[in-house]
Amino acid sequence: MCAVIKREIGAYFSSAIAYVVMAVFFLFSGLYFREMLMFDSSSFAYLVLSPMFMIMLFILPILTMRLLSEEIRQKTDQALITAPVSIWQIVLGKFLAAEVILLCCMAVFIPMVIVIAAFTAPTWGIIFCTLIGMFLLGSAIIAIGVFISSLTESQVVAAVVGIAVGMFIYMLDNITSGVQVEFIKNIVSSISFMTRYSNFTSGMLNIADVVFFLSVIGLFLFFTTRVIDRKRWS
Amino acid sequence: MVEVKNLVKKYGDMLAVDDVSFTAETGEILGFLGPNGAGKSTTMNIITGYISSSSGTVTVDGCEILDDPVGAKSKIGYLPEIPPLYIDMTVRKYLEFMFNLKKVTLPKKEHIDEVCAVTKIKDVQNRIIKHLSKGYKQRVGLAQALLGNPPVIILDEPTVGLDPKQIIEMRSLIKGLGKKHTVILSSHVLSEVQAICDRIIIINRGRLVADSSTSELSQTLSKSNCIVLRVVGAPTGVLSALRAVEGVYRVEKGLRVSDNCYEYEVYSEKDKDPSRAIFYAMAKNNTPIVLMRGNELSLEEAFLKVTKSEPAPKEKGGKR
Repeated sequence: MCAVIKREIGAYFSSAIAYVVMAVFFLFSGLYFREMLMFDSSSFAYLVLSPMFMIMLFILPILTMRLLSEEIRQKTDQALITAPVSIWQIVLGKFLAAEVILLCCMAVFIPMVIVIAAFTAPTWGIIFCTLIGMFLLGSAIIAIGVFISSLTESQVVAAVVGIAVGMFIYMLDNITSGVQVEFIKNIVSSISFMTRYSNFTSGMLNIADVVFFLSVIGLFLFFTTRVIDRKRWS
Repeated sequence: MVEVKNLVKKYGDMLAVDDVSFTAETGEILGFLGPNGAGKSTTMNIITGYISSSSGTVTVDGCEILDDPVGAKSKIGYLPEIPPLYIDMTVRKYLEFMFNLKKVTLPKKEHIDEVCAVTKIKDVQNRIIKHLSKGYKQRVGLAQALLGNPPVIILDEPTVGLDPKQIIEMRSLIKGLGKKHTVILSSHVLSEVQAICDRIIIINRGRLVADSSTSELSQTLSKSNCIVLRVVGAPTGVLSALRAVEGVYRVEKGLRVSDNCYEYEVYSEKDKDPSRAIFYAMAKNNTPIVLMRGNELSLEEAFLKVTKSEPAPKEKGGKR
C-alpha cells in the first residue's frame, strides 16, 4: 500500500495535475480571503472556508480522474493485481495519495490563519471544526472520484462524469427546494453534502455528519474494489 | 511447482479455456504454444491471478490462487503480453516501485542492480520508460518479473516485437532463467519454443491438444520412417531400383528439381534404416544421389497436424 501511495504522489508531482489543482485551490481561497479582509469581516470560516465547497466539488475530480482509468488503459493494472497485495490495499493507496494532495491544498489556510491571529483573536473552535469538515468533504469527493475512475479507461470521461456528479451534489438542494413532499425533502436533506458541510462551518461538530462522510468514503471505496474484482470474474 | 487442474474460463457463452490441466516441475521451461486467440494469455492470466477461472484450480508451490492469492502471487513473476510499465517513470524508479509493491525482502539496491545486470538494462536505468525502444521496454518488463527471485516466472510472448538479435538475447536469457526457476512461456512462434523449452503444451481453441517433451512431440507426430532423396537419372530406373531395396515399401516421385533430377520420398518399415542400402543401390544403378535427408516432422508441421485434427467446437476462443 505504501508503495502505491508513494508512486501516486510521485506521479502527481511529476505531472502538472498536482500543481494545477493546488494553484486553482490557492487562487480561489486567496480571492475569498482578500474579500474577507476587504469587508473587514472576522468570520474566516463563513467567508473563506464555506465557499470552498463549490471549488472542491469541481477540482477534486481532476485529481482522481486518472487514478484507476490510466492503469486500465496502460494495462499496468496487471502489475498491480498480480502483485502480492490485496485489491483493498491498491484502492486505499490510490485514495490516500489523493488525500495527501488535498492536505497540501488545505495547507494554504495555515498562513491565512496566522495572519488573522496576528490581528485579532480568531474563533478557533469554528475554524478547526470547519477544517475537519472540509477534509471529510474532500475525502468523500475523492472516494467518489476514485470509484468513477475505476469505471472507465478514459481520464476525460472520468473527469467529466466526476464534475457532473459534483454539480449534481452542488445543486441537489436547489433542485429539490420546490418539492413539497416531506418524505423526499427529508431524504434529500439527509444526503445533502451542502447541509452537512454548513453544519461544520457554523461550528457544529455533529457525530452524525462525521459518520455520514466516513460512510460515503467507505461505501465508494468498497464499490471500487467490487468494480475491479468484477472485471476479474466476468 | 505449478499445478493447473481442469481449468475452464467462460466469457458469456464463449469458452476461452476448456478443461485444461497440466503441471510444471521445478527447473523446467514449459512452452505454451497455440495460434493467436487459442487461450494462452487467458490461461496465463488465470495462473497469475489477474483474472479468475470459471472453474478449476491453480496451485503454485502449494498455494491455491483463490484461497491464498497473496501467497501464490508472491511466488510468481509475470511478464504480460504488454509489459505493465508506468511510462512516465524512469526505469530505476519503476523497478523500485515494483520492488516495494512486491514486498521483496532482499537488499533493495543490490537486488535491483543484479536484476538490471541480468536483463542488461543498466545503461538505461535513468531514462524515462516512454523514450525506450520496444526491446528495452520488454527487458524492463522482464526485470520487473524477476524482482524478488520468484520460483515461478511466467512470460507471455516475451519475444514479440523484438528484432532478431534481441530475440536471440532474450532466448538465451530465458534459458539461463530455466536453471533456477520454473519458467512458463507462451508463444506462437514454433521454432522459438523448440529452441528454448524442455516441454511443450499445445493449446488450440481453449483445449489442450498435446503435452510432451519437445523431442518426443515431433517424434510421435513424425511419419513412419521417411527419407527424402534427390537423385539424378531417369525416373523409371530410379523408381524400380528404389523399390527393390530391402525394407522399402513405398516410393513416391516428388518434384522435378532440375533437368533429369527428381525428388523421391522413400517410406520404409519402422525401426529399419534403408539409407545405406539405398546408397549402394543408386551407385549400382549409376544414378548419383545429390541429397538425402530424414523427413522428421518439424514442430511447425507437427503443430499444424495436431491443431488441424481437432474438430472445431462451436464456441470460439476469445482473447483478453
